[in-house]
Amino acid sequence: MKRVLTVIVGVGVLVLGGMIIYAWEPAIPKVPLPEASRFSQAQISRGKMLAGIGNCSTCHTNEASRPNAGGLSIPTPFGTLYTPNIAPDPQTGIGHWSEAAFIRAMREGVDREGEHLFPAFPYTHFTKVKDEDLTALYAYLITHKPVEYEPPANTLRFPYNIRMLQAGWKVLFFDDSPWKDVDGKSDAWNRGAYLAEGLGHCAACHSPRNQFGAEQTDASYAGAMVDQWYAPALDKQHEAPVDWTMDESFDYLRTGGSALHGVAVGSMADVVHAGLAWASGQDIEALATYLGEIGGAGSTSEAMQKAKTLISKAHRETDADMTHGGRIFAAACVACHYNDSRRPNTIRPDLALNSTVTLKSPDNLIRVVLDGVSVKGGLPGVMMPGFGHALNDNDIADLLAFLRRTHNNEPPWPNLAQRVAQLRNETNVNSDDATE
Amino acid sequence: MDIQFELNGKSVQVDVPEDTPLLWAIRDHLGLTGTKFGCGIGMCGACTVHVNGRATRSCITPVSAVANSAVTTIEGIDPSHPLQAAWIKAQAPQCGYCQPGQIMQAVNLLEDFPDPSDEQINAVMSGNLCRCMAYIRIKEAIKLAAGEMQKEKADG
Repeated sequence: MKRVLTVIVGVGVLVLGGMIIYAWEPAIPKVPLPEASRFSQAQISRGKMLAGIGNCSTCHTNEASRPNAGGLSIPTPFGTLYTPNIAPDPQTGIGHWSEAAFIRAMREGVDREGEHLFPAFPYTHFTKVKDEDLTALYAYLITHKPVEYEPPANTLRFPYNIRMLQAGWKVLFFDDSPWKDVDGKSDAWNRGAYLAEGLGHCAACHSPRNQFGAEQTDASYAGAMVDQWYAPALDKQHEAPVDWTMDESFDYLRTGGSALHGVAVGSMADVVHAGLAWASGQDIEALATYLGEIGGAGSTSEAMQKAKTLISKAHRETDADMTHGGRIFAAACVACHYNDSRRPNTIRPDLALNSTVTLKSPDNLIRVVLDGVSVKGGLPGVMMPGFGHALNDNDIADLLAFLRRTHNNEPPWPNLAQRVAQLRNETNVNSDDATE
Repeated sequence: MDIQFELNGKSVQVDVPEDTPLLWAIRDHLGLTGTKFGCGIGMCGACTVHVNGRATRSCITPVSAVANSAVTTIEGIDPSHPLQAAWIKAQAPQCGYCQPGQIMQAVNLLEDFPDPSDEQINAVMSGNLCRCMAYIRIKEAIKLAAGEMQKEKADG
């Protein structure tokens, strides 16, 4: 008996030892902060464009005065993560990181000191980025403004806070194969796929994750909740009432809105205006080409015809619905959201064409009604005031039930008023002075 | 908190709490009283101004939301705008209280629908209430202005 126990303990120690050795990654020595003159201006500019496509600064900036210095909280089912400082401050940022250390972090998810990074950092996508692009990105980040700032420590629960265990996660969920162009596809498609699957990491927000926080590869682009917003599906089962077309995707990614779909809100507004704004028109076209195929993009004339049918139907049903919700819609919404069914206007987002009304969850629509859309989100310069102070929970519930009833064919949302109250609390919109 | 924005083409600054409605910043702090208070909950249209050229209910818009944006009030609309002439010709106002908001909304209406049908006017103007029930004359004025603007455009 004792011998059996000894063998079990012995094997246990060996396995553990083996795991530690497997998980161990060496530190890469510190280097002095590289001189800007080491890089060409072309490299730095290219890096800036790539940082935009990768949207680095949205997650790595918590306050505009501290660009890239991290500190943004990312709530996860395992606890809260705070993004690290990737400004080139030597003490608190990546100022002492060599290019090799930076490339290892992007490709393998291991920091300079040899610690495994958590997959909230999408190295699972960045591993596809080509060498010359990583070099350019390094050139941009390391010559950017250094900011001394120590972000708060993560508050992950045990055992999720053990970084070594990430080595096991990587065995299960990390495919580190490099990017390869797909034969038989156009250059634009391949460029778009490379950008979307690599640096752009679109699937990181738009795909559901499994219980270990890994993207479900069999449900890529099937939509997921991120930061209390639902990132809609981009695959052929997408929730948008009208199929995407190449032109619609291009308009949306370039300007923040498109006539047959609506405007970018939540973190997608940053993706468009603080990120993709740096990308060339050609790269946006490439992204639209690739995402168009994923979503089953159809022809513009078909999309226009579908939009016309949907808008006309919504007009008829709106006219016939004289409920409390319908009256709020007429008084508060129609002035800006009404369209001629033959010519929907991007600046007048039509709610018969908007996925916020067709989604399974009413959360996105509730949040937009409560908080509005800022002049920086959606279409730049065009704002929608929030109605959080003007409408109470039941008003908003009635309005949303009305929209769901008249503007599409989806079943009613359950418990709307309660959900409005919950989101009001969670997103800090005060209800004190809402009219009763 | 100091908040800077452009009002009728001039840069202005107000020192008010950031959640102060734009309406009160305009009326009480910047002294332009053409914009009216109606319901205070964005349901009647009396407070309509333009933010970056688009009709917006100023009573529910916090002034901080328009920082660095261009705000236009009824005082900033060109007195020779066809809508103003049409408003007089059709004798649209009765008591006049809702009219600044009506005109601000109508400016956008004619930009988006240069030759508006009755249905389009009814829809876009449905958020601008008139307790004198001057709707028929308001609609007439909008159509007069639309005709005038189409003519101006045709004459180039």
